Amino acid sequence: MTYLAKPKFHHPSLPKNALGYTRRDYEAATSTLCAGCGHDSISAAIIEAAFEMAIEPHRVAKISGIGCSSKTPTYFLGASHGFNSVHGRMPSVLTGANLANRDLIYLGISGDGDSASIGFGQFAHALRRGVNMTYIVENNGVYGLTKGQFSATADRGSKSKKGVVNTDNAIDLVAMALQLGATFVARSFSGDKRQLVPIIKAALAHRGAAFIDVISPCIAFNNHPGSTKSLDYVRAHNEAVNALDIMIGREAITVDYEPGEVVEVTQHDGSVLTLRKLNEDYDASDRVAAMNFLQQEAAKGRIVTGLLYVDGDADDLHRHFNTVATPLNQLNEPELCPGSKALDKINAGLR
Amino acid sequence: MRPTDISAPDYFHKVVDCQWACPAHTPVPEYIRLIAAGRYSDAYMINWKSNVFPGILGRTCDRPCEPACRRVRVEDEPVAICRLKRVAADYKDDIKARLPKPAAAKNGKRIALVGAGPASLTVARDLAPLGYDCVVFDGDSRAGGMMRTQIPKFRLPDSVIDEETNYILDLGVDFRGGSRIDSMKALLAEGYDAVMVGSGAPRGRDLDIPGRKEAAANIHIGIDWLASVSFDHIHSIGKRVIVLGGGNTAMDCCRSARRLGGEDVKVVVRSGFDEMKASPWEKEDAAREGIPIHNFLMPKQFLHQDGKLAGVVFEKVKAEYDAKGRRKLVPSGESDVTFDCDDVLVAVGQENAFPWIERDIGIAFDEHGMPVVDKVTFRSTHPKVFFGGDAAFGPKNIIWAVAHGHEVAVSIDKMLHGENIAERPLPAVTVVNQKMGIHEWSYKNEIMPDERYAVPHRDNATALASIKAEVELGFDAKLALAEAGRCLNCDVQTVFSAPLCIECDACVDICPMDCITFTENGAEDELRQRLHAPALNLNQEIYVADGLKTGRIMAKDEDVCLHCGLCAERCPTGAWDMNKYFIEMAHAGPSCR
Repeated sequence: MTYLAKPKFHHPSLPKNALGYTRRDYEAATSTLCAGCGHDSISAAIIEAAFEMAIEPHRVAKISGIGCSSKTPTYFLGASHGFNSVHGRMPSVLTGANLANRDLIYLGISGDGDSASIGFGQFAHALRRGVNMTYIVENNGVYGLTKGQFSATADRGSKSKKGVVNTDNAIDLVAMALQLGATFVARSFSGDKRQLVPIIKAALAHRGAAFIDVISPCIAFNNHPGSTKSLDYVRAHNEAVNALDIMIGREAITVDYEPGEVVEVTQHDGSVLTLRKLNEDYDASDRVAAMNFLQQEAAKGRIVTGLLYVDGDADDLHRHFNTVATPLNQLNEPELCPGSKALDKINAGLR
Repeated sequence: MRPTDISAPDYFHKVVDCQWACPAHTPVPEYIRLIAAGRYSDAYMINWKSNVFPGILGRTCDRPCEPACRRVRVEDEPVAICRLKRVAADYKDDIKARLPKPAAAKNGKRIALVGAGPASLTVARDLAPLGYDCVVFDGDSRAGGMMRTQIPKFRLPDSVIDEETNYILDLGVDFRGGSRIDSMKALLAEGYDAVMVGSGAPRGRDLDIPGRKEAAANIHIGIDWLASVSFDHIHSIGKRVIVLGGGNTAMDCCRSARRLGGEDVKVVVRSGFDEMKASPWEKEDAAREGIPIHNFLMPKQFLHQDGKLAGVVFEKVKAEYDAKGRRKLVPSGESDVTFDCDDVLVAVGQENAFPWIERDIGIAFDEHGMPVVDKVTFRSTHPKVFFGGDAAFGPKNIIWAVAHGHEVAVSIDKMLHGENIAERPLPAVTVVNQKMGIHEWSYKNEIMPDERYAVPHRDNATALASIKAEVELGFDAKLALAEAGRCLNCDVQTVFSAPLCIECDACVDICPMDCITFTENGAEDELRQRLHAPALNLNQEIYVADGLKTGRIMAKDEDVCLHCGLCAERCPTGAWDMNKYFIEMAHAGPSCR
């Protein structure tokens, strides 16, 4: 960490996006996390994704719980809305906000403790309801703020910094998300922005519950030999099933792929996800196969990454509820109190 | 790309752009930090060691360091390095006790130095304390050479020249003012062990156009006129003055004329404004004093009446460039321009002149009348005769003369110790960690945009009333501190250790200038294109380190690095470290042998 604010200077060739903003305009306060924290890399990836998508900062709501991960919204998208909520309660605060104003882009930031322990139920219900959001778990397998106790996502057999072996079974949040009906499920690694940035962009463009599990090594307490969430271990056991390119709007597709190597998925907003297969047999549109593959590879000690499942035609909570297109917070008295005649009509329909 | 060898002295030296650009390689950031700390005497001594005339150069240097300053590339205006140097000179304590002492015993070797300008004095400064018997000859009664005769007193007061030339003459140097050397043959016959020629470029170029002879009484050669003004031989000039020429001498001429009675003073230049040889700040100073500069006018004829100058006719020209980009001034076809005037100052260039060196004594001259001088050793074709300053390679600036002087001193010292003078000594380099605590460094690393502070000037009315009143008043301590704070401390280097790196990307994410990239190796041209930010400034190196676990390389573009140290603060393993790189050029003495 550092006390200093990042100097305002920037590289003379720093590019601008369609809004005229540079990547630096999407930054925020200087991080107070430990030096080298994977979470800071994820913040940088979010900044990059928002910059590349030319997202208007005021259209984003960052909502988080408690923990190292949940501090990070202070360190990216400084001009966006933010709500640092209660431990494990990010999903319900986000759901409420989403219901009140469906027009914003909801970015939920959580950690393995926040989502797999105290907020496990909240995590499950937000996903099964299909809340339109991007739910990122910054997963390091330990409680960093309290000096490195195992969290619920720590693999059985993984060693703590002091050499203690974890005897509990791990919760795999990706497996849970697939099983709970999330319509966009991905896993990535803080040390691989080339993979992570397009996944975040695709998730932000996705309508429905998008879940990303990002393995994010805790340099202070979980980056030692014997840990299964260290930089070296994840690099050595990373099994990326595909590489993602996302085309937003009318950008030309510039990469030529061999036929059969590529799968295209068009999402609701018109964005086209181009999945270049790294594993020929992997099909990101098959939820059941994805769950099987994940379990098989996990048994071999491999960490499956990439866009694991996506449903381009997904619906979200608002469609399920059939809510009005206008955000609820913009409805005025005439719409909300249509008068006694309207009430009579409703009552008549119930008789 | 091959991994960078950061132990090569030149590698980090190039990163310190100002020091690299300085002919004498003055450790600029080091003395600027000392100024910021209020340690003016220490700052002065660093300068004195390297460039010999801090007070003089702090007022007159051509500042090759400033265009090189990294602030130019990340902001706009360079750090006012030159004027900070003056601060050290202005506010220092008495430093006499810190100067070398005259040699207790002479070593029996006698060196003759022709001309008491910056080149010769530098040689004397370096050699006298070592025991050499240095005899400095000059036609003028006081030391300083062109620094004294050609630079107007309102830019450089005599007191400053006296102080800094005396520091040298007091080292036991035998100064023989008023004794011009008329014969090299005779000088060599006196049995000196070595001769240094630092006689400058003393001849002002003339302008041979119609009317020159007839109007001669009112047409003056710029540098001769400036010398006469300097020696109080001239006290006035006509009301309407035309200065011909676009160099710094022309600027000194016009500003001097303005103070000696010239009311309508104008500078007329053949070239365009931007191509003028004068430094931008000297042009600004002239403009501030209400002197217009007329460009693209070629003098054609002096008009005269009854033996008196009446005006100058100019032909209008324009610049044309050939296929090789060389400029040629051709008539534009417009009608001629005539300016009326009472006096003309010709400042169209300077030439070397060596009428006093016989051509049959083994000193070879080239077709331009210049001595054949080795660019490294500064030795002529005569084994005992060395040239430095303007006398060696034509007119340049004081700081170049100083740099030459140091090299001549090294050559003479080595030669008289029976060594091969072609083998040059290496500089002394230290690289030291600057970490003071978890978030503390020995230097101010909080870098902010901050525009250059202007040096206060005497108001025009009082400045123009006197030929001697110094125009620039110099920074006060407060302004100096603010300006010193703009220095980016480019000598505090980012040093990378691949075995410690865990490739967590923290440095990549925090770097405000996108300097750092971890990527696959490649050829330099191609690699430069695909870095985090394209590295398009080919004058700046890419720092490459291999040996990372993933097989990638670390590539850092040195170009716009702020030396803010955030990479090192963010690095969890200390793979990045901020090390102060201090390089001192070898001067004459035991260490050069």
